[in-house]
Amino acid sequence: MNLAVRCQDLVKTYDTGGQKVTALNGINLEIEAGELMMLVGPSGCGKTTLISVMAGILDQDDGSCEVFGENLLNMRSRDKLNFRARNIGFVFQAYNLLPSLNAAENVSVPLIINGMKRVEAERKAISVLEHVGLGERWQSLPSQLSGGQQQRVAIARALVHSPRLIVCDEPTSALDHETGHNVMTLLKDVALHKDRTLVIVTHDARIFDFADRIAEMDDGHIIKVKDTK
Amino acid sequence: MNHIALKMLMGDKSKYIGIVMGLTFASLIMTQQPAIFLGLMTRTYSFISDVGLPDIWVMDSKVQFVDDIKPLQDTELYRVRGISGVEWAMPMYKGLLKARLTDGRFQTCNVVGLDDATLIGGPPVMLEGKIEDLRRSDSVIVDIDGARDKLGKPSPIPGGKRIPLKVGDSLELNDHRAIVVGIAKVSRTFQSQPVVYTTYSRAKSYAPRERKLLSFILVKAKKGQNLAELTRRIREATGLAAYTQEEFKTLTYEYFMHNTGIPINFGTSVLLGFIVGAAIAGQTFYNFTLGNLLQFGVLKAMGTSNWILLRMILLQAVLVGSIGYGLGVGLTALFGHAMRHSILAFRFPWQLLIFSGAGVSLICVFAAMISIVKVIRLEPAIVFKG
Ligand SMILES: Nc1ncnc2c1ncn2[C@@H]1O[C@H](COP(=O)(O)OP(=O)(O)OP(=O)(O)O)[C@@H](O)[C@H]1O
Ligand SMILES: [Mg+2]
Repeated sequence: MNLAVRCQDLVKTYDTGGQKVTALNGINLEIEAGELMMLVGPSGCGKTTLISVMAGILDQDDGSCEVFGENLLNMRSRDKLNFRARNIGFVFQAYNLLPSLNAAENVSVPLIINGMKRVEAERKAISVLEHVGLGERWQSLPSQLSGGQQQRVAIARALVHSPRLIVCDEPTSALDHETGHNVMTLLKDVALHKDRTLVIVTHDARIFDFADRIAEMDDGHIIKVKDTK
Repeated sequence: MNHIALKMLMGDKSKYIGIVMGLTFASLIMTQQPAIFLGLMTRTYSFISDVGLPDIWVMDSKVQFVDDIKPLQDTELYRVRGISGVEWAMPMYKGLLKARLTDGRFQTCNVVGLDDATLIGGPPVMLEGKIEDLRRSDSVIVDIDGARDKLGKPSPIPGGKRIPLKVGDSLELNDHRAIVVGIAKVSRTFQSQPVVYTTYSRAKSYAPRERKLLSFILVKAKKGQNLAELTRRIREATGLAAYTQEEFKTLTYEYFMHNTGIPINFGTSVLLGFIVGAAIAGQTFYNFTLGNLLQFGVLKAMGTSNWILLRMILLQAVLVGSIGYGLGVGLTALFGHAMRHSILAFRFPWQLLIFSGAGVSLICVFAAMISIVKVIRLEPAIVFKG
């Protein structure tokens, strides 16, 4: 078995002005390469915190999180940046595109971060935009695109640099049912393949069918992992 | 990433314009106010510049600046002429005298009396007539601004423009007739009185009877003379003060620097311009960064280093700084150009560009610093907090 993510006894506590909130309270979870794992659970149970640790943008307090065999906590910050730049793609509920860049420029950002020349990066970005059905709209600014189109641009940005792990936080929550469905189809058909793992946090029961497995969380714990295949 | 930084900056038009305007304002104030200040300070010694020719000015040792006249005895002139290294030495009278105009009004004039034979120290530019016309009896030359304004005759129509004093017109100086034989252009000074040129002996006859009437002795050094040496010799031989032209300018300029509120006034405006500019530009730039914090967070999450983010912010600051500086300096130059014929003092040497450039740079560095600190401290995990 080829593991993408392996969390062992993961603990994360937030300290806000003396008040401690334990967001992750001993998480044990393994995610295989090439699978689409969904994380579900009530609000505040720690889903976002968990994918933040997996993506290497948040440090846990205890336990370990290995991503493709690398222990992120022990990494030097420079190596961690490079690790993120090469291996992680992000999709957000609010899209988080840079508003003054057009679609192609937005999609090219991860390539530029990885050192690719701008012209080449934008050319590649346009070809990925074609894959998500927005080849014609590469010059549009985010404000000129619908929510669903913006999320498709964001998906193109998440996969343009061929990362091995894409983390998505509520990618369909801001969209209507049909648009959300299309976005999920795109994620499953275009983004996912045998070398790429998707971890999707969602509340949206209507998209559960897209998952290979669903991990249910509550109060900082994984309470159940369901195989839906 | 530079491209992204610039797009981020210019994408938000209103904030972008706000930052640039703040910096333009600051750089305008920091350039224009010192330019006026320098212009005013140049005026303090413009009479010395106008006289031009002599290397050395000799005067009473208690004289503090060019308009501070402490007359000497005529015999001093001959003593100075006797000092070795002196090519020539000429007398000059400078003093305020009352003129009676043809319509009966009185007007104080700044009367300058030149050596009768050589007429050295005369006005720099003649608009009408020749300096040599001063050799005619009762002749005077007046400056154009005085002729047009204070020495002019009232208009026959009430509220109309004054009729300028012309060549051939006459006025009375201390009951002596004076006939205008020429109109000159002189540099503006701190004194607003009309300037009237005449010969030294005639100036003495205009002036109230006094024992001493010699204001300055103008000295030309022999070729190859060391001026510092010569001034020292003149001082030692006569007990008078002797300054090179530059030294006399500095003396005058420093008198105004130390004894008037002018430097403090302008210093305050420059400082205020700097502070207000720094506050506006710093604040808008910082707000701009704060507004883009999520974008910086996204870039950080995707693997952009603090170092690159720092460079992006610096680039943004340098860009708005350069544009603001360019506009501010350009507006100052336009202002100076528009005012070139007015009474306003204005001087814009290249050093001023460095001065205001340094000021604007300081503001930009300050604005960028506070923004950079914020972005460096930013946790990339904020990207998931919509
Ligand atoms: N930066 C933070 N500082 C302090 N507490 C935080 C912070 N981020 C999250 N928390 C707390 O940690 C707990 C888990 O938060 P998290 O965002 O992971 O939940 P979630 O499962 O994603 O919730 P939701 O479904 O509402 O997005 C919550 O109680 C939250 O209040
Ligand atoms: Mg969440």
